[in-house]
Amino acid sequence: MKKYNKIISTVLASAMVAALFTGCGNSAGSGSSDSGSTAPADNTADTPSEDNTAAEDTNTADNADTGADTAAGGTIKLGGVGPTTGGAAVYGLAVQNASQLAVDEINASGGINGMQIEFKFEDDECDAEKSVNAYNTLKDWGMQMLVGSVTSGCSVAVAEKTAEDNMFQLTPSGSSVDCVKYDNAFRVCFSDPNQGMASAKYIGENAIASQIAVIYDSSDIYSSGIYEKFAAEAENQPFEIVSAEAFTADSKTDFSVQLQKAKDSGAELVFLPIYYTEASLILSQASTLDYAPIFFGCDGLDGILNVENFDTSLAEGVMLLTPFAADAEDELTKNFVAAYKEKYGDTPNQFAADAYDAVYAIKAACEKAGITADMDVSAMCEAMKGAMTEITLDGLTGVGMTWDASGEPNKEPKAVKISGGVYTAM
Amino acid sequence: MSFISYLINGVSLGSVYAIIALGYTMVYGIAKMLNFAHGDVIMVGGFAVFTIVSTYGLPPILGIVVAVVVCTILGMVIERVAYKPLRNAASPLAVLITAIGVSYLLQNAALLIFGANTKSFTSIVSVPPLKLAEGKLNISGETIVTIISGIIIMICLTLFVNKTKAGQAMLAVSEDKGAAQLMGINVNGTIALTFAIGSALAAVAGMLLCSAYPSLTPYTGAMPGIKAFVAAVFGGIGSIPGAMIGGILLGIIEILGKAYISSQMADAIVFAVLIIVLLVRPTGILGKNIQEKV
Repeated sequence: MKKYNKIISTVLASAMVAALFTGCGNSAGSGSSDSGSTAPADNTADTPSEDNTAAEDTNTADNADTGADTAAGGTIKLGGVGPTTGGAAVYGLAVQNASQLAVDEINASGGINGMQIEFKFEDDECDAEKSVNAYNTLKDWGMQMLVGSVTSGCSVAVAEKTAEDNMFQLTPSGSSVDCVKYDNAFRVCFSDPNQGMASAKYIGENAIASQIAVIYDSSDIYSSGIYEKFAAEAENQPFEIVSAEAFTADSKTDFSVQLQKAKDSGAELVFLPIYYTEASLILSQASTLDYAPIFFGCDGLDGILNVENFDTSLAEGVMLLTPFAADAEDELTKNFVAAYKEKYGDTPNQFAADAYDAVYAIKAACEKAGITADMDVSAMCEAMKGAMTEITLDGLTGVGMTWDASGEPNKEPKAVKISGGVYTAM
Repeated sequence: MSFISYLINGVSLGSVYAIIALGYTMVYGIAKMLNFAHGDVIMVGGFAVFTIVSTYGLPPILGIVVAVVVCTILGMVIERVAYKPLRNAASPLAVLITAIGVSYLLQNAALLIFGANTKSFTSIVSVPPLKLAEGKLNISGETIVTIISGIIIMICLTLFVNKTKAGQAMLAVSEDKGAAQLMGINVNGTIALTFAIGSALAAVAGMLLCSAYPSLTPYTGAMPGIKAFVAAVFGGIGSIPGAMIGGILLGIIEILGKAYISSQMADAIVFAVLIIVLLVRPTGILGKNIQEKV
């Protein structure tokens, strides 16, 4: 009997371990999209054992069409990191899809200086440690430049590694200050202080409300970064912060107290510099409290309409500051939205737009710097650093965007409002 | 007026903790083990209801039945497969580590099946909110149902333990396993029954938790599980009324701490109170002081 027990426990233990590994393998694999044929020319660090299980093979056709160019100019290996599963999956998927879309477009129209781009995306589940692992996986694959990571915490972690390796990093949406603290890192979106300040100015200048409550995540660098700057700027604005309540990663389901306090303080507007998962809970708990202020957020609220099973009528009237609205009338946005919808069956959000701009910014800077595929990672990074400050990009998230050496973009914020279940420009 | 509102929210949150804590405390009292997978059984209950109600669009009542059945079977299977073979292991740590392993197994299995994306849980409660004092005091239907279910469960469980044969058997096993066996009580059956009841309660807690705070992920049960464990220790682990009192007190302390001291420090306050209580009464509020016989 004793023996029998031992066998059972051994089997169980191995089953558990196996289950753990299956979990990891699956989440990492589902994020990557292998991009078909690789040019044999000069893949410096390609590991032969690389094994991609992901089935979706999105751009094989494009590569096949332009096979001749591939052989002539070589390929640039562009990596992407972001959460394609987990609480911020909407962002990672948007970045993955839009980057792929931009890469396919560029490849179809002849590439960068005749070089094709090969793009590979890895999942980090919005976890800093997994993000660094994803970065290392991409490095083993032979990545030469990085688009990522998508969320602030992950970007900061990865930036430490890219600075060490002197690899060029352009984050589409990593907004905290430290994401671009090294000179090899740039970003497409606004920084957190910038968002906090712009939100305060926008509310003040448009006289949206005079009494404001804030609910923010004190354990998150993105959220607390925006809040601090918002509170500082509020002193110069004609409104008053009547309640500022925090929550932490360990207690992010019950917001009854924070909402009750906001309600009691008579706030007409609740500022939510947080991500959409918690915001969706706040909206539904506010409705059970019978509290209906204006909710105002930053780019973190983008994606709230995609929460599975979420009653989108609760989000009606929510305002958010974001540089991109999918219903804008300009040619570039219209084409992008149409192409994205056709390919992925979904309306692109601001993160998709940031990623699309990021790939085109890389293209512009590569052309400016005269990057060739056989340059090593560090030389490429040095050339890109200079070129980024010289380009001007008319992108989806801003017209005439420029960058300075600090890595920050210069562009104007816009506000959008959710009405009728879609984001509309204000 | 807001104080009353906070208090009601606290009792509601505390009722959920109490229902979860009952599962911890019963299992501890009878099997002398900490079932760390208990929190994840809550999550399984939540997903069972979600699948029935939101995915298949079936009526909530069916969801409740399915969740209770699924969790009851799951609890008994876990006990039979993972814990029973280790019950007489040399070190009590073996079964503790196994419980942590089962917890991860359940989380990762849910991750594999349902993915990591947060699901918005449709409330299964259709009780209208109660508006008092000209709309100043608004008590949601979920809060009312949670508090009432908490009270009903506590009364039923107390009656069950004190008035039925199976309940008496549980008390006997928790007192002295060996002696109970000599008196002709089926110890294995009693322990299995305890796991079944604890897991059925976890299913109920899962439904109430997800209805009140409508978000569901594979990690939903983890934090409430830990808090409920604290509640069980707080009230005196092994004691059924202790778990109820501990749970409700913990909920009230958490909400009032958040409201009047600091919303960031809520968890720190909860654990600080636990430390103070344990310093003053090492066995918890209603814990029995068992003297070791030499």
